[in-house]
Parts: sequence; structure tokens; C-alpha cells
Amino acid sequence: MRSTNVTKALALAAVMAFAAGCSSKSAKTDSDSMGAGADASAYGAGQGAGVGAGSWEAVANLRTVFYFDFDRAVVRQEGFSDLEGHARYLAANPSAAVRLEGHADERGTREYNMALGERRAKAVERLLVVNGVQARQIETISYGEERPAVTGNHEGAWSQNRRVELKYVSR
Amino acid sequence: MKKAWIFVLWVTLWSHLAHSQQLVVEVTQGMDSANPIAVVPFAWSGQPLNEDVAAIIGQNLERSGFFKSMARENMLSFPSTQEQVFFRDWRVQKNDYLVIGRMEPSGGDQVSVVFELYDVLKEQRIHAQQVSGSTANLRDVAHFISDIIFEQLTGIKGAFSTRIAYVTSEQLGPNQQRFRLHMADWDGMRPRTILESSEPILSPAWSFDGSKLAYVSFETSRPSVYVQHLATGQRERIQSFPGLNGAPAWSPDGRRLALTLSKDGNPEVYVLDLQSRNLERMTNNSAIDTEPFWSPDGRHLYFTSDRGGSPQIYRLDMSSRGVERVTFEGNYNARGRLTQDGRFLAMVHRGSSRRFQIAVQDLQSGRLDILTNSDYDESPSIAPNGSIIIYATQQGTRGVLAAVSLDGRIRFNMPAAQGDVREPAWSPFLR
Repeated sequence: MRSTNVTKALALAAVMAFAAGCSSKSAKTDSDSMGAGADASAYGAGQGAGVGAGSWEAVANLRTVFYFDFDRAVVRQEGFSDLEGHARYLAANPSAAVRLEGHADERGTREYNMALGERRAKAVERLLVVNGVQARQIETISYGEERPAVTGNHEGAWSQNRRVELKYVSR
Repeated sequence: MKKAWIFVLWVTLWSHLAHSQQLVVEVTQGMDSANPIAVVPFAWSGQPLNEDVAAIIGQNLERSGFFKSMARENMLSFPSTQEQVFFRDWRVQKNDYLVIGRMEPSGGDQVSVVFELYDVLKEQRIHAQQVSGSTANLRDVAHFISDIIFEQLTGIKGAFSTRIAYVTSEQLGPNQQRFRLHMADWDGMRPRTILESSEPILSPAWSFDGSKLAYVSFETSRPSVYVQHLATGQRERIQSFPGLNGAPAWSPDGRRLALTLSKDGNPEVYVLDLQSRNLERMTNNSAIDTEPFWSPDGRHLYFTSDRGGSPQIYRLDMSSRGVERVTFEGNYNARGRLTQDGRFLAMVHRGSSRRFQIAVQDLQSGRLDILTNSDYDESPSIAPNGSIIIYATQQGTRGVLAAVSLDGRIRFNMPAAQGDVREPAWSPFLR
């Protein structure tokens, strides 16, 4: 059950359009973040063969954490194929639901980071919705910088903390 | 005051304190122009007291940065009345001012304290006063006397009787955190826990009369704004819309609360009338609009927005609804707070150094000064007398509180014994 190249291209175009519209004021940084994930095929490549998109096995091995650039809320290209996999599963299983938890790194102010975490969760939500998931299947919440995945004052830790975690609340 | 160049003191004022959540004050930088003052131990003939009133006064004055307090072991005598004062002794030891006092039981657990303040060079008494209190609240008595002495000598109202609210976070295990909202004296003593939760607590904000705290708690697994009455502990959930519910800020008249909500799809600033529960949207922009705070006259609402491409502080005129940008220097200016006269804006600033530092902008001249020199400073909160900014910073990877004077000349740290400390909020003048 692979999606055709045409629908895939349409979905991607929709995402790019959203990403551009979301922060059109700083096109420079957007292109930076797009360039960051050229290896989109590295993850989730094995999910298609012989397993229906609607089965749990199809999503069990997909990545569930998606990373972001500093002060940005644009989903990196490296996460697209896995998010599309989650979207296919959710679209095929209308009773399944996910919670998207947005996070920021510790730099900057707490309430601004709370807003940034929400933007990131919304960006992932949007990506799921344009791929056929119904809005009622998705719940978003931001924890800002309050729940870091990794502690430490270096980019290695910060880059792990600027993230959205996708959690299934029902299958 | 004389020439004012900076030097590092590294004086640890209190070395060992038992309470694990207690903050400890370390002065890291003082002024060479601080005026020397001697606070003599107050005479007392009753049962041993649990607080040393003169020592607290001396510490308060020293931490203000305006004074250098004489060490007790260097004092040649311990006068408690005017007749016992030999000005020459205090002058020889280079003191500008002298404080003496005596305490007497006045029935029950009450204590009467008489203190006298002298100008050593003029050999004149500047002020004398009697204060009463109970043995249980001698720290209040000491802070009250400190306020009077400070105002007598500097002309600035003392803020030693104020309090700070702050949040601590402890990692108890994997995916297990404990968040606590505390309130303590301005010097970190007498802490008490106001709220404890396994979910995040942030953004404590004092009402202008000091009777209530608003804050954000995730205790229901979603963010909500709560208002807690400090005298009774009674609290209520103010707002809980889908999405963000955050950044509460009291209006100066105490009747309204500015908030950040994203119920309409995007983080926007709203104003809630606490009586009518009428909610009014103040910003309308596809950018992030958050961290509102009021001008002291209530005519402007300031907030952080990234509508220009990076977070900057903007000002909304409450009557015309016009918005203008206030900060221009640096690529990240956020979470502002104003002095009580509305002239100085303290904020988190990131400039060319790419460090997050506390800066203050003079809104009359536009001049911006960076006050701190560490990398991750946040949450500035200004003392009600405008003299000191308390803020959150890091020592190693641990969050601690620190303070800096508005002119950047005095700095001190307030590290806690355990856990991350953050989100300090300085109370208004109390009582």
C-alpha cells in the first residue's frame, strides 16, 4: 500500500506551503532548516513492504520524536516520511488518537518557549491533517522548556530538546 | 557617592544553613564606594533569642550594596546607650555611621526594641525609634528597622520587608520531577511552600497589593492560570481554554489580569476582567504574542512578539490600541519588567555576544545597558524600590537565583542547597 508519487508530491507541497507561510518573514532560516535533513529516506524505509498502512506494525518502528531548529517551528524534511506513515495509520484507523507534545530548549524566556513549543506541535498537527488525519484525532500541548529530554549547556543537548513527541493515546 | 569602580568581594555571608530549600546569599561584587556602618549587637538580658536582630540589620545593609558592615570582632566596645558611645573609637575605625540598640521584654512573648542611628563624623544622632514585636517575628522587626535606616541614609525606601516567590524543580527519577512554588523573605530566609506538583509550575506574579499570587500550573496535565490568596491559601482556577493558558500579569488596579491564550489558534495577549469575567483580545497577529506586563499607570500593556522576525518588546496603548516597538538593539529581547516609575525596562537580552543576559533600557533616552555577564540569564524581577533586579541564572547546569543592582555595580548569588531554582518574582511593598 504505497502512496503514489503524485499524492506524495501533493502532500509535500502542502507542507512546504505551510512551512513557508508559517514564517515567511525569515526565509533565510527556513532554507537553513530545510537543508538540515537531506537524508529523508534513512528512517522508516522498511515500513511499506508487505505491511498494510492501517496495521499497527506499520507505525511501530516509525520515529515518534521530531526535531527543530532554534526559534523555529518548521518540521525538518527528515521527519516527513515517518509522519506520513503515522498519518496513513491514523487515517485508516479513525478511533486511533495521538497527543503531540511540543518542547523548546532552555535558552530564552519560559513563556516565549511555551508559545514556541505549541507552534511546533501545531506544525506537526498540520502535517498530519494535510495527510488525511482528522483534527479530532489529535491533541496538542506545549511544555515549553519545562521538560527537557537531555540536560546540558551545549548544542548536543539543546538540539535533543527542541522537539515534538508524538504519543498514541489510543490505537 | 565617590569614585565607583568595581571589585570582586567573594564574601560568603552565611556559610551553613540547615534547611535544604533555603537560599544562601553570596555577595560576588560590591561597590568600593559603599559607606562603612557599624551595627552593634543590641543589649538583651532575657532568655536567649532565636534571632540576632543587629546581625540581620547589618547583613541587609551590606547586601543592598550601599553599605559595608563592620565585623563584630573588630568592635572595641558594644555600646547600647548614647552615654556609652565614644565617637572617636568608631571614627578611628573608619565608620561613617553607627547603629546601637537595646531590647526588653514587654509582657508575654512581646519584645520592645529601641534603636539609635548616629552620624559618626558629625557626632550627631540622626534617628531614634522604638519598635515592638514578638520573639517569633524578630526577623520582621529587623527588616523593619533596616528599612528605616536605609531610607534615612539614602533617601530610598527600603525593600527589606518584602518577599520573593520562586519555583524549584527537582529530578526525582527518570520522567519524574517535583515542582514547587515557594515564598521567602527577600534574603531567602523563612521559605514556605505554596504549591507542590509533579507537573510544571511557572510564571508566578504578585498582585499589586501583595495579597495574591497568580501562576501557571500543569497539575491537570494541561496549563491553567490560578490565583491564590496568600493569607488563606484559598485558590481558584481562572482560565482553562484549549491550548496555552499562561503569562498572567496583574493590572495596577488589581481588577484585571493580562494573559496569553491560544484558544483562537495562535498565542495572543488577552485581558480578563476579574469581576465581570469579560475577556478582551488585545493582540491580533500571526506571530507569537506573549509575556504581557503593565505600565505602572495602567495605560500601556507591554508584551513580547516575534512579529518582526525575532522576539522583541512592543507596547500597546490601551486607549488608542496602537502598537509600537520598544526594543531594537539585539536579536532577542523578551520577558520585560518596568520599574515603578515606568522609566526603566529590564529584560532578557541577546545581542552580538549571543548570550542571554539581563539588560535594562532607559525608555527616555533609549540607552540599553547589559547588567550581567553569564550565558543563560532569565526572568528579571525588580525590587519595588527599583534598586535591585533579581533573576534566574545557572551555576554549572543548575538553576540558581542571582541579583544585580540597576546600575550593574552590585551583584549577589542566592544558590539553594538542592534542585533547580527559577522564576523569581519580587513582591510589592507589603502592609
